[in-house]
Amino acid sequence: MINVLEYLDDAAKSLPNKLAYSDGKHGLTFFQVQMLSRAIGTFLMRMGHKRIPVVILMERSSNTIAAFWGAVCAGCAYVPVDPEMARNRIEGVFESLKPAVVIYEEKTSLLLSTLDYHGAAYNFTVMTQTEIDDKALAGIRQSAIDTDLLYIVYTSGSTGKPKGVAASHRSVIDYIESLSDVLGFSQDTVFGNQTPLYVDACLKELYPTLKFGATTYLIPKELFMFPVRLIEYLNTHRINTICWVVSALTILSGTGALENNTLDHLRTVAFGSEVFPQAQLALWRKALPKARFINLYGPTECTGMSCWYEVKRDFAPGEPVPIGQPFRNTRVMLLNGDSQVTKPGLEGEICIAGASLTLGYYNDEEKTASVFTQNPLNKSYRELIYRSGDIGMLNDSGELVFCSRRDLQIKHMGHRIELGELESAAAALAGVVRAVCVYDTEKNKLVLFISGTATAAQTMVYLKEHLPRYMHPNAVIPLKEFPLTMNGKIDRTELLSIYKGR
Amino acid sequence: MEKLLSILSDLHPEIDFSSHSALIDEGVLDSFDIVTIIADVDDAYGLSIPAAEIVPENFNSALALFSLIRRLS
Repeated sequence: MINVLEYLDDAAKSLPNKLAYSDGKHGLTFFQVQMLSRAIGTFLMRMGHKRIPVVILMERSSNTIAAFWGAVCAGCAYVPVDPEMARNRIEGVFESLKPAVVIYEEKTSLLLSTLDYHGAAYNFTVMTQTEIDDKALAGIRQSAIDTDLLYIVYTSGSTGKPKGVAASHRSVIDYIESLSDVLGFSQDTVFGNQTPLYVDACLKELYPTLKFGATTYLIPKELFMFPVRLIEYLNTHRINTICWVVSALTILSGTGALENNTLDHLRTVAFGSEVFPQAQLALWRKALPKARFINLYGPTECTGMSCWYEVKRDFAPGEPVPIGQPFRNTRVMLLNGDSQVTKPGLEGEICIAGASLTLGYYNDEEKTASVFTQNPLNKSYRELIYRSGDIGMLNDSGELVFCSRRDLQIKHMGHRIELGELESAAAALAGVVRAVCVYDTEKNKLVLFISGTATAAQTMVYLKEHLPRYMHPNAVIPLKEFPLTMNGKIDRTELLSIYKGR
Repeated sequence: MEKLLSILSDLHPEIDFSSHSALIDEGVLDSFDIVTIIADVDDAYGLSIPAAEIVPENFNSALALFSLIRRLS
Protein backbone atom coordinates (compact mmCIF):
# COMPACT_ATOMS: atom_id res chain seq x y z
CA MET A 1 0.00 0.00 0.00
CA ILE A 2 1.38 3.37 -1.06
CA ASN A 3 -1.39 5.95 -0.88
CA VAL A 4 -4.18 6.50 1.67
CA LEU A 5 -6.67 6.90 -1.20
CA GLU A 6 -6.47 3.14 -1.66
CA TYR A 7 -8.58 2.89 1.50
CA LEU A 8 -11.18 5.21 -0.03
CA ASP A 9 -11.21 3.38 -3.37
CA ASP A 10 -11.85 0.05 -1.67
CA ALA A 11 -14.66 1.39 0.52
CA ALA A 12 -16.33 3.22 -2.38
CA LYS A 13 -16.20 0.02 -4.43
CA SER A 14 -17.47 -2.43 -1.82
CA LEU A 15 -19.87 -0.19 0.14
CA PRO A 16 -20.74 2.74 -2.15
CA ASN A 17 -24.05 3.59 -0.50
CA LYS A 18 -23.03 3.22 3.10
CA LEU A 19 -22.85 6.36 5.22
CA ALA A 20 -19.21 7.33 5.70
CA TYR A 21 -19.29 10.65 7.58
CA SER A 22 -22.18 12.54 9.10
CA ASP A 23 -22.91 15.11 11.77
CA GLY A 24 -26.26 13.44 12.42
CA LYS A 25 -28.13 15.64 9.94
CA HIS A 26 -25.92 15.96 6.88
CA GLY A 27 -23.77 13.12 5.72
CA LEU A 28 -21.91 11.62 2.79
CA THR A 29 -21.73 8.03 1.55
CA PHE A 30 -18.43 6.51 0.50
CA PHE A 31 -19.43 6.97 -3.13
CA GLN A 32 -20.20 10.63 -2.54
CA VAL A 33 -16.94 11.19 -0.69
CA GLN A 34 -15.07 9.64 -3.59
CA MET A 35 -16.92 11.65 -6.25
CA LEU A 36 -16.47 14.95 -4.41
CA SER A 37 -12.80 14.38 -3.79
CA ARG A 38 -12.11 13.27 -7.34
CA ALA A 39 -13.88 16.34 -8.69
CA ILE A 40 -11.79 18.56 -6.43
CA GLY A 41 -8.66 16.64 -7.39
CA THR A 42 -9.42 17.11 -11.09
CA PHE A 43 -10.01 20.84 -10.54
CA LEU A 44 -6.69 21.32 -8.73
CA MET A 45 -4.86 19.27 -11.32
CA ARG A 46 -6.30 21.37 -14.17
CA MET A 47 -5.18 24.53 -12.40
CA GLY A 48 -1.68 23.11 -12.43
CA HIS A 49 -1.29 22.51 -8.68
CA LYS A 50 0.94 19.57 -7.93
CA ARG A 51 2.73 18.31 -4.82
CA ILE A 52 2.03 21.45 -2.75
CA PRO A 53 0.15 22.02 0.51
CA VAL A 54 -3.46 23.14 0.04
CA VAL A 55 -5.16 25.00 2.88
CA ILE A 56 -8.67 23.74 3.60
CA LEU A 57 -10.31 26.74 5.24
CA MET A 58 -13.60 25.14 6.24
CA GLU A 59 -15.63 24.36 9.33
CA ARG A 60 -15.84 20.84 10.76
CA SER A 61 -18.12 18.85 8.42
CA SER A 62 -18.26 15.86 6.05
CA ASN A 63 -17.54 18.18 3.12
CA THR A 64 -14.32 19.28 4.76
CA ILE A 65 -13.16 15.67 4.91
CA ALA A 66 -13.97 15.25 1.21
CA ALA A 67 -11.92 18.40 0.54
CA PHE A 68 -8.93 16.86 2.37
CA TRP A 69 -8.95 13.92 0.00
CA GLY A 70 -9.67 16.18 -2.93
CA ALA A 71 -6.26 17.74 -2.34
CA VAL A 72 -4.74 14.27 -2.02
CA CYS A 73 -6.35 13.13 -5.31
CA ALA A 74 -4.43 15.94 -7.02
CA GLY A 75 -1.20 14.66 -5.47
CA CYS A 76 -1.19 17.57 -3.02
CA ALA A 77 -1.26 17.66 0.78
CA TYR A 78 -4.04 19.12 2.93
CA VAL A 79 -3.64 21.67 5.69
CA PRO A 80 -6.78 21.95 7.83
CA VAL A 81 -7.54 25.47 9.04
CA ASP A 82 -10.76 25.95 10.99
CA PRO A 83 -12.15 29.45 11.73
CA GLU A 84 -12.39 28.21 15.34
CA MET A 85 -8.57 28.32 15.53
CA ALA A 86 -8.67 32.10 16.16
CA ARG A 87 -7.26 34.81 14.01
CA ASN A 88 -3.74 34.98 15.37
CA ARG A 89 -3.17 31.26 14.91
CA ILE A 90 -4.59 31.34 11.39
CA GLU A 91 -2.30 34.23 10.50
CA GLY A 92 0.61 32.31 12.03
CA VAL A 93 -0.22 29.28 9.88
CA PHE A 94 -0.34 31.37 6.70
CA GLU A 95 2.96 33.02 7.64
CA SER A 96 4.72 29.72 8.26
CA LEU A 97 3.17 27.86 5.35
CA LYS A 98 3.12 30.59 2.68
CA PRO A 99 0.35 28.68 0.89
CA ALA A 100 -0.36 29.07 -2.81
CA VAL A 101 -3.84 27.50 -2.75
CA VAL A 102 -6.80 27.82 -0.39
CA ILE A 103 -10.11 25.96 -0.60
CA TYR A 104 -12.88 27.83 1.21
CA GLU A 105 -16.65 27.62 1.62
CA GLU A 106 -19.40 30.27 1.86
CA LYS A 107 -19.08 30.39 5.63
CA THR A 108 -15.37 31.16 5.54
CA SER A 109 -15.16 33.50 2.54
CA LEU A 110 -15.41 36.62 4.67
CA LEU A 111 -12.62 35.43 6.94
CA LEU A 112 -10.42 34.64 3.94
CA SER A 113 -10.97 38.11 2.48
CA THR A 114 -9.61 39.71 5.65
CA LEU A 115 -6.38 37.67 5.65
CA ASP A 116 -3.18 38.94 4.08
CA TYR A 117 -3.32 36.30 1.36
CA HIS A 118 -2.90 36.78 -2.37
CA GLY A 119 -2.70 33.25 -3.74
CA ALA A 120 -5.36 31.18 -5.48
CA ALA A 121 -8.69 30.77 -3.65
CA TYR A 122 -11.31 28.27 -4.77
CA ASN A 123 -14.85 27.79 -3.60
CA PHE A 124 -15.53 24.20 -2.49
CA THR A 125 -18.97 24.04 -4.12
CA VAL A 126 -17.70 25.32 -7.45
CA MET A 127 -14.85 22.81 -7.42
CA THR A 128 -17.18 19.88 -6.82
CA GLN A 129 -18.97 20.60 -10.11
CA THR A 130 -15.86 19.73 -12.11
CA GLU A 131 -16.14 16.78 -14.46
CA ILE A 132 -13.86 14.04 -13.17
CA ASP A 133 -10.85 13.17 -15.32
CA ASP A 134 -10.22 9.54 -14.38
CA LYS A 135 -7.23 9.13 -16.63
CA ALA A 136 -5.38 12.16 -15.32
CA LEU A 137 -6.07 11.20 -11.69
CA ALA A 138 -4.81 7.69 -12.37
CA GLY A 139 -1.64 9.21 -13.78
CA ILE A 140 -1.10 11.22 -10.61
CA ARG A 141 -1.56 8.11 -8.50
CA GLN A 142 0.81 6.15 -10.71
CA SER A 143 3.66 8.50 -9.87
CA ALA A 144 2.90 8.71 -6.14
CA ILE A 145 5.31 7.36 -3.54
CA ASP A 146 4.50 6.66 0.09
CA THR A 147 6.88 9.28 1.46
CA ASP A 148 4.87 12.02 -0.28
CA LEU A 149 3.48 14.70 2.00
CA LEU A 150 -0.11 13.94 3.09
CA TYR A 151 -1.01 16.69 5.55
CA ILE A 152 0.37 19.42 7.79
CA VAL A 153 -1.23 20.11 11.16
CA TYR A 154 -0.27 23.06 13.27
CA THR A 155 0.50 22.87 16.94
CA SER A 156 1.47 25.35 19.64
CA GLY A 157 5.03 26.70 19.44
CA SER A 158 6.87 28.08 22.46
CA THR A 159 7.97 31.31 20.78
CA GLY A 160 4.43 32.17 19.78
CA LYS A 161 4.79 30.88 16.23
CA PRO A 162 2.80 27.73 15.47
CA LYS A 163 4.73 24.68 14.28
CA GLY A 164 3.50 22.72 11.26
CA VAL A 165 3.96 18.98 11.67
CA ALA A 166 4.21 17.41 8.20
CA ALA A 167 3.20 13.77 7.77
CA SER A 168 3.59 11.39 4.85
CA HIS A 169 1.29 8.67 3.53
CA ARG A 170 3.75 6.11 4.89
CA SER A 171 3.52 7.27 8.48
CA VAL A 172 -0.27 7.54 8.43
CA ILE A 173 -0.69 4.08 6.90
CA ASP A 174 1.72 2.64 9.46
CA TYR A 175 -0.17 4.31 12.30
CA ILE A 176 -3.66 3.38 11.10
CA GLU A 177 -2.72 -0.26 10.55
CA SER A 178 -1.21 -0.56 14.04
CA LEU A 179 -3.98 1.37 15.77
CA SER A 180 -6.67 -0.71 14.06
CA ASP A 181 -5.01 -3.92 15.25
CA VAL A 182 -5.09 -2.74 18.85
CA LEU A 183 -8.56 -1.23 18.90
CA GLY A 184 -10.16 -3.95 16.76
CA PHE A 185 -12.13 -1.83 14.32
CA SER A 186 -14.41 -3.46 11.76
CA GLN A 187 -17.15 -2.67 9.28
CA ASP A 188 -19.59 -2.52 12.20
CA THR A 189 -17.62 0.21 13.96
CA VAL A 190 -19.57 3.42 14.46
CA PHE A 191 -17.25 6.17 15.60
CA GLY A 192 -18.29 9.23 17.58
CA ASN A 193 -15.70 11.86 16.71
CA GLN A 194 -15.12 14.51 19.33
CA THR A 195 -11.90 16.22 18.25
CA PRO A 196 -11.53 19.04 15.73
CA LEU A 197 -10.38 18.15 12.21
CA TYR A 198 -7.30 20.38 12.48
CA VAL A 199 -5.52 18.15 15.01
CA ASP A 200 -4.00 14.72 14.43
CA ALA A 201 -6.42 13.14 16.92
CA CYS A 202 -9.11 12.90 14.22
CA LEU A 203 -6.98 10.49 12.17
CA LYS A 204 -8.24 7.76 14.51
CA GLU A 205 -11.72 8.06 13.02
CA LEU A 206 -11.23 9.48 9.52
CA TYR A 207 -8.90 6.80 8.18
CA PRO A 208 -10.21 3.61 9.81
CA THR A 209 -13.66 4.65 8.54
CA LEU A 210 -12.29 4.25 5.01
CA LYS A 211 -10.15 1.21 5.75
CA PHE A 212 -13.05 -0.80 7.20
CA GLY A 213 -16.05 0.83 5.56
CA ALA A 214 -17.15 1.97 9.01
CA THR A 215 -19.10 5.16 9.83
CA THR A 216 -18.04 8.28 11.69
CA TYR A 217 -20.40 10.76 13.31
CA LEU A 218 -18.90 14.19 13.86
CA ILE A 219 -20.56 14.97 17.18
CA PRO A 220 -21.65 18.65 17.25
CA LYS A 221 -19.43 20.31 19.80
CA GLU A 222 -22.33 22.03 21.62
CA LEU A 223 -23.37 18.60 22.85
CA PHE A 224 -20.28 18.42 25.01
CA MET A 225 -21.91 21.04 27.22
CA PHE A 226 -24.98 18.97 27.99
CA PRO A 227 -24.26 15.41 29.15
CA VAL A 228 -27.75 13.94 28.88
CA ARG A 229 -28.13 15.18 25.32
CA LEU A 230 -24.72 13.81 24.46
CA ILE A 231 -25.73 10.37 25.69
CA GLU A 232 -28.95 10.59 23.67
CA TYR A 233 -26.91 11.39 20.58
CA LEU A 234 -24.58 8.43 21.15
CA ASN A 235 -27.55 6.10 21.57
CA THR A 236 -29.56 7.48 18.63
CA HIS A 237 -26.70 6.93 16.23
CA ARG A 238 -25.68 3.62 17.78
CA ILE A 239 -22.14 4.85 18.35
CA ASN A 240 -20.00 2.00 19.65
CA THR A 241 -16.47 3.39 19.55
CA ILE A 242 -15.11 6.64 20.92
CA CYS A 243 -11.58 8.00 21.03
CA TRP A 244 -11.99 11.13 23.13
CA VAL A 245 -9.78 13.36 25.17
CA VAL A 246 -10.09 12.73 28.88
CA SER A 247 -11.82 16.03 29.57
CA ALA A 248 -14.64 15.06 27.20
CA LEU A 249 -15.08 11.71 28.93
CA THR A 250 -15.25 13.33 32.34
CA ILE A 251 -18.16 15.49 31.20
CA LEU A 252 -20.21 12.31 31.42
CA SER A 253 -18.59 10.66 34.43
CA GLY A 254 -18.01 13.79 36.50
CA THR A 255 -21.62 14.96 36.30
CA GLY A 256 -23.17 11.67 37.31
CA ALA A 257 -24.64 11.27 33.82
CA LEU A 258 -23.37 7.70 33.59
CA GLU A 259 -25.31 6.65 36.67
CA ASN A 260 -28.81 7.53 35.51
CA ASN A 261 -28.46 7.01 31.77
CA THR A 262 -27.37 3.97 29.81
CA LEU A 263 -25.02 3.92 26.87
CA ASP A 264 -26.61 1.19 24.82
CA HIS A 265 -24.00 0.51 22.17
CA LEU A 266 -20.64 1.71 23.40
CA ARG A 267 -18.05 -1.06 23.51
CA THR A 268 -14.66 0.57 22.89
CA VAL A 269 -13.46 3.63 24.76
CA ALA A 270 -10.02 4.95 23.88
CA PHE A 271 -8.60 7.98 25.56
CA GLY A 272 -5.36 9.83 25.73
CA SER A 273 -3.56 13.12 25.53
CA GLU A 274 -3.97 13.53 29.28
CA VAL A 275 -3.81 11.54 32.47
CA PHE A 276 -7.21 10.01 33.25
CA PRO A 277 -8.10 10.66 36.92
CA GLN A 278 -8.51 7.24 38.55
CA ALA A 279 -11.88 7.95 40.12
CA GLN A 280 -13.35 9.05 36.79
CA LEU A 281 -11.99 6.02 34.99
CA ALA A 282 -13.50 3.80 37.69
CA LEU A 283 -16.93 5.38 37.08
CA TRP A 284 -16.66 4.62 33.39
CA ARG A 285 -15.63 1.03 33.99
CA LYS A 286 -18.51 0.57 36.38
CA ALA A 287 -21.00 2.00 33.89
CA LEU A 288 -19.67 -0.11 31.02
CA PRO A 289 -18.34 -3.34 32.55
CA LYS A 290 -18.15 -5.11 29.17
CA ALA A 291 -16.41 -2.34 27.26
CA ARG A 292 -12.71 -2.15 26.48
CA PHE A 293 -10.81 0.84 27.84
CA ILE A 294 -7.57 1.73 26.17
CA ASN A 295 -5.12 4.44 27.15
CA LEU A 296 -3.23 5.91 24.19
CA TYR A 297 -0.10 8.00 24.19
CA GLY A 298 1.81 9.70 21.42
CA PRO A 299 3.14 12.98 20.10
CA THR A 300 1.84 14.67 16.93
CA GLU A 301 5.41 14.39 15.60
CA CYS A 302 4.96 10.61 15.42
CA THR A 303 1.70 10.93 13.45
CA GLY A 304 -0.80 10.06 16.15
CA MET A 305 -0.39 7.62 18.96
CA SER A 306 2.71 5.56 19.66
CA CYS A 307 1.82 3.51 22.74
CA TRP A 308 -1.22 1.76 24.14
CA TYR A 309 -2.37 0.18 27.35
CA GLU A 310 -5.58 -1.75 27.88
CA VAL A 311 -7.08 -1.19 31.32
CA LYS A 312 -7.83 -4.55 32.90
CA ARG A 313 -7.02 -4.06 36.55
CA ASP A 314 -7.57 -1.57 39.35
CA PHE A 315 -4.84 0.85 40.25
CA ALA A 316 -3.14 1.65 43.52
CA PRO A 317 -4.03 5.09 44.92
CA GLY A 318 -1.99 7.69 43.08
CA GLU A 319 -0.77 5.21 40.49
CA PRO A 320 -1.03 6.67 37.00
CA VAL A 321 -2.65 4.62 34.24
CA PRO A 322 0.35 3.25 32.29
CA ILE A 323 0.88 4.11 28.64
CA GLY A 324 1.90 0.50 28.29
CA GLN A 325 3.77 -0.62 25.22
CA PRO A 326 4.58 0.71 21.76
CA PHE A 327 2.40 -0.11 18.77
CA ARG A 328 3.63 -2.71 16.32
CA ASN A 329 6.47 -1.32 14.18
CA THR A 330 7.21 1.40 16.73
CA ARG A 331 10.12 1.35 19.17
CA VAL A 332 10.38 3.38 22.33
CA MET A 333 13.65 4.06 24.13
CA LEU A 334 14.07 5.88 27.41
CA LEU A 335 17.27 7.87 27.19
CA ASN A 336 18.97 9.66 30.06
CA GLY A 337 21.00 12.87 29.98
CA ASP A 338 24.04 10.97 28.69
CA SER A 339 21.97 9.57 25.81
CA GLN A 340 22.14 6.10 27.31
CA VAL A 341 19.19 3.80 27.87
CA THR A 342 18.01 4.24 31.46
CA LYS A 343 17.98 1.35 33.90
CA PRO A 344 14.53 -0.12 34.70
CA GLY A 345 12.76 1.97 37.31
CA LEU A 346 14.64 5.14 36.39
CA GLU A 347 13.25 8.05 34.43
CA GLY A 348 14.33 8.92 30.91
CA GLU A 349 13.19 10.88 27.88
CA ILE A 350 10.72 9.01 25.72
CA CYS A 351 12.40 8.65 22.31
CA ILE A 352 10.52 7.06 19.43
CA ALA A 353 11.67 5.26 16.29
CA GLY A 354 9.73 3.69 13.46
CA ALA A 355 7.85 4.36 10.23
CA SER A 356 5.33 6.48 12.12
CA LEU A 357 7.83 9.31 12.52
CA THR A 358 6.57 12.28 10.56
CA LEU A 359 8.67 14.32 8.13
CA GLY A 360 9.25 17.04 10.74
CA TYR A 361 8.25 20.69 10.92
CA TYR A 362 7.30 22.35 7.66
CA ASN A 363 9.58 25.22 6.62
CA ASP A 364 11.67 24.81 9.78
CA GLU A 365 14.74 22.73 9.24
CA GLU A 366 16.46 23.91 12.39
CA LYS A 367 13.64 22.97 14.74
CA THR A 368 13.21 19.67 12.92
CA ALA A 369 16.89 18.82 13.34
CA SER A 370 16.76 19.62 17.05
CA VAL A 371 14.20 16.90 17.87
CA PHE A 372 14.40 14.44 14.98
CA THR A 373 17.93 13.25 15.61
CA GLN A 374 20.24 10.37 14.87
CA ASN A 375 19.79 7.56 17.38
CA PRO A 376 22.78 8.21 19.69
CA LEU A 377 23.17 4.47 20.22
CA ASN A 378 23.72 3.86 16.52
CA LYS A 379 27.02 5.09 15.12
CA SER A 380 26.90 2.97 11.98
CA TYR A 381 24.04 4.11 9.76
CA ARG A 382 21.27 6.70 9.55
CA GLU A 383 18.52 5.95 12.05
CA LEU A 384 16.20 8.73 13.11
CA ILE A 385 14.52 8.99 16.47
CA TYR A 386 12.09 11.60 17.74
CA ARG A 387 13.00 13.10 21.10
CA SER A 388 9.58 13.81 22.61
CA GLY A 389 10.55 15.89 25.63
CA ASP A 390 8.24 13.65 27.65
CA ILE A 391 9.78 11.88 30.61
CA GLY A 392 8.78 8.28 31.26
CA MET A 393 9.86 5.14 33.06
CA LEU A 394 9.14 1.44 33.19
CA ASN A 395 7.13 0.30 36.21
CA ASP A 396 7.64 -2.97 38.07
CA SER A 397 5.55 -4.86 35.54
CA GLY A 398 7.64 -3.53 32.66
CA GLU A 399 4.90 -1.17 31.51
CA LEU A 400 5.77 2.25 30.25
CA VAL A 401 4.52 5.12 32.44
CA PHE A 402 4.40 8.81 31.58
CA CYS A 403 5.97 10.93 34.35
CA SER A 404 6.31 14.58 33.33
CA ARG A 405 7.44 17.14 30.75
CA ARG A 406 10.96 18.45 30.34
CA ASP A 407 9.80 21.99 29.55
CA LEU A 408 6.80 24.31 29.82
CA GLN A 409 4.59 22.32 27.54
CA ILE A 410 1.32 21.23 29.13
CA LYS A 411 -1.82 19.34 28.20
CA HIS A 412 -5.06 21.19 28.84
CA MET A 413 -8.46 19.75 27.93
CA GLY A 414 -6.69 17.35 25.60
CA HIS A 415 -4.75 20.04 23.77
CA ARG A 416 -1.03 20.52 23.77
CA ILE A 417 -0.04 24.03 24.79
CA GLU A 418 3.30 25.78 25.10
CA LEU A 419 2.88 28.19 27.99
CA GLY A 420 5.41 30.38 26.20
CA GLU A 421 3.00 30.91 23.31
CA LEU A 422 0.29 32.13 25.64
CA GLU A 423 2.76 34.39 27.43
CA SER A 424 4.07 35.97 24.27
CA ALA A 425 0.55 36.51 22.94
CA ALA A 426 -0.39 38.36 26.15
CA ALA A 427 2.83 40.37 26.17
CA ALA A 428 1.95 41.66 22.71
CA LEU A 429 -0.94 43.65 24.21
CA ALA A 430 -0.06 47.28 24.92
CA GLY A 431 -0.33 47.78 28.66
CA VAL A 432 1.02 44.33 29.53
CA VAL A 433 4.59 44.59 30.80
CA ARG A 434 5.10 41.01 31.74
CA ALA A 435 2.96 37.91 31.35
CA VAL A 436 3.59 34.56 32.99
CA CYS A 437 1.34 31.56 32.71
CA VAL A 438 1.11 28.66 35.14
CA TYR A 439 -0.94 25.50 35.04
CA ASP A 440 -2.83 24.12 38.00
CA THR A 441 -2.72 20.41 37.23
CA GLU A 442 -5.06 19.51 40.08
CA LYS A 443 -7.94 21.59 38.81
CA ASN A 444 -6.89 21.83 35.17
CA LYS A 445 -6.77 25.61 35.25
CA LEU A 446 -4.69 27.77 32.98
CA VAL A 447 -3.83 30.89 34.95
CA LEU A 448 -2.20 33.98 33.49
CA PHE A 449 -0.48 36.57 35.65
CA ILE A 450 0.16 40.00 34.18
CA SER A 451 1.85 43.20 35.29
CA GLY A 452 1.36 46.63 33.78
CA THR A 453 -1.63 48.87 33.23
CA ALA A 454 -3.83 46.40 31.34
CA THR A 455 -6.82 45.04 33.23
CA ALA A 456 -7.83 41.38 33.45
CA ALA A 457 -10.84 42.05 31.24
CA GLN A 458 -8.82 43.83 28.54
CA THR A 459 -6.28 41.03 28.50
CA MET A 460 -8.93 38.34 28.32
CA VAL A 461 -10.75 40.04 25.46
CA TYR A 462 -7.49 40.46 23.59
CA LEU A 463 -6.45 36.84 24.08
CA LYS A 464 -9.84 35.57 22.96
CA GLU A 465 -9.30 37.34 19.67
CA HIS A 466 -5.77 36.11 19.26
CA LEU A 467 -5.58 32.56 20.56
CA PRO A 468 -7.42 29.33 19.82
CA ARG A 469 -10.24 28.59 22.23
CA TYR A 470 -8.42 25.89 24.13
CA MET A 471 -5.62 28.32 25.01
CA HIS A 472 -7.85 30.91 26.67
CA PRO A 473 -6.78 31.23 30.30
CA ASN A 474 -9.28 30.28 33.00
CA ALA A 475 -8.27 33.35 34.97
CA VAL A 476 -6.17 36.46 34.41
CA ILE A 477 -4.63 37.90 37.57
CA PRO A 478 -2.94 41.31 37.56
CA LEU A 479 0.08 41.62 39.89
CA LYS A 480 2.10 44.68 40.85
CA GLU A 481 5.27 42.64 41.14
CA PHE A 482 6.20 39.10 40.23
CA PRO A 483 7.65 36.84 42.93
CA LEU A 484 11.23 35.81 42.13
CA THR A 485 13.30 32.77 42.99
CA MET A 486 16.74 33.00 44.59
CA ASN A 487 18.26 33.04 41.11
CA GLY A 488 16.11 35.99 40.13
CA LYS A 489 13.85 33.95 37.86
CA ILE A 490 10.09 34.27 38.05
CA ASP A 491 8.91 31.91 40.76
CA ARG A 492 6.24 29.84 39.04
CA THR A 493 5.64 27.69 42.08
CA GLU A 494 4.88 30.77 44.14
CA LEU A 495 2.54 32.05 41.42
CA LEU A 496 0.64 28.79 41.58
CA SER A 497 0.21 29.12 45.32
CA ILE A 498 -0.95 32.74 44.92
CA TYR A 499 -3.66 31.42 42.60
CA LYS A 500 -4.60 28.55 44.88
CA GLY A 501 -4.76 30.85 47.89
CA ARG A 502 -7.23 33.21 46.27
CA MET B 1 -24.79 35.25 44.18
CA GLU B 2 -21.55 37.19 44.55
CA LYS B 3 -19.47 34.02 44.66
CA LEU B 4 -21.18 32.87 41.48
CA LEU B 5 -20.61 36.17 39.71
CA SER B 6 -16.93 36.03 40.54
CA ILE B 7 -16.69 32.48 39.14
CA LEU B 8 -18.33 33.67 35.94
CA SER B 9 -16.35 36.88 35.56
CA ASP B 10 -13.09 34.96 36.00
CA LEU B 11 -14.02 33.18 32.79
CA HIS B 12 -15.38 36.16 30.90
CA PRO B 13 -14.41 39.46 32.54
CA GLU B 14 -15.78 41.26 29.49
CA ILE B 15 -19.38 40.10 30.04
CA ASP B 16 -21.90 41.75 32.37
CA PHE B 17 -23.35 38.65 33.95
CA SER B 18 -25.89 40.55 36.05
CA SER B 19 -27.89 41.39 32.93
CA HIS B 20 -27.00 38.85 30.23
CA SER B 21 -29.74 36.29 29.70
CA ALA B 22 -28.71 34.33 26.61
CA LEU B 23 -25.31 32.99 27.61
CA ILE B 24 -25.86 29.66 25.85
CA ASP B 25 -28.09 30.80 23.00
CA GLU B 26 -25.61 33.49 21.99
CA GLY B 27 -22.61 31.25 22.43
CA VAL B 28 -20.96 33.19 25.28
CA LEU B 29 -20.44 29.99 27.24
CA ASP B 30 -19.05 26.90 25.58
CA SER B 31 -18.21 23.40 26.74
CA PHE B 32 -14.88 24.51 28.25
CA ASP B 33 -16.77 27.05 30.37
CA ILE B 34 -19.50 24.65 31.46
CA VAL B 35 -16.94 22.16 32.73
CA THR B 36 -15.16 24.90 34.66
CA ILE B 37 -18.36 26.31 36.11
CA ILE B 38 -19.53 22.90 37.31
CA ALA B 39 -16.19 22.29 39.05
CA ASP B 40 -16.09 25.80 40.57
CA VAL B 41 -19.66 25.61 41.84
CA ASP B 42 -18.76 22.32 43.46
CA ASP B 43 -15.77 23.99 45.13
CA ALA B 44 -17.57 27.15 46.22
CA TYR B 45 -20.96 25.77 47.24
CA GLY B 46 -20.09 22.15 47.97
CA LEU B 47 -22.72 20.81 45.62
CA SER B 48 -22.52 18.88 42.41
CA ILE B 49 -24.95 19.79 39.69
CA PRO B 50 -26.61 16.56 38.52
CA ALA B 51 -26.42 15.74 34.82
CA ALA B 52 -30.16 16.12 34.37
CA GLU B 53 -29.87 19.78 35.41
CA ILE B 54 -27.05 20.54 32.98
CA VAL B 55 -29.35 21.89 30.29
CA PRO B 56 -29.25 25.20 28.39
CA GLU B 57 -32.11 26.74 30.41
CA ASN B 58 -30.11 26.55 33.62
CA PHE B 59 -27.03 28.20 32.16
CA ASN B 60 -28.47 30.99 30.06
CA SER B 61 -28.12 33.58 32.81
CA ALA B 62 -26.35 34.01 36.12
CA LEU B 63 -29.75 34.28 37.75
CA ALA B 64 -30.96 30.98 36.30
CA LEU B 65 -27.78 29.31 37.49
CA PHE B 66 -28.12 30.86 40.91
CA SER B 67 -31.72 29.66 41.24
CA LEU B 68 -30.50 26.19 40.34
CA ILE B 69 -27.84 26.37 43.06
CA ARG B 70 -30.44 27.53 45.60
CA ARG B 71 -32.80 24.76 44.58
CA LEU B 72 -30.05 22.15 44.96
CA SER B 73 -28.72 23.48 48.26
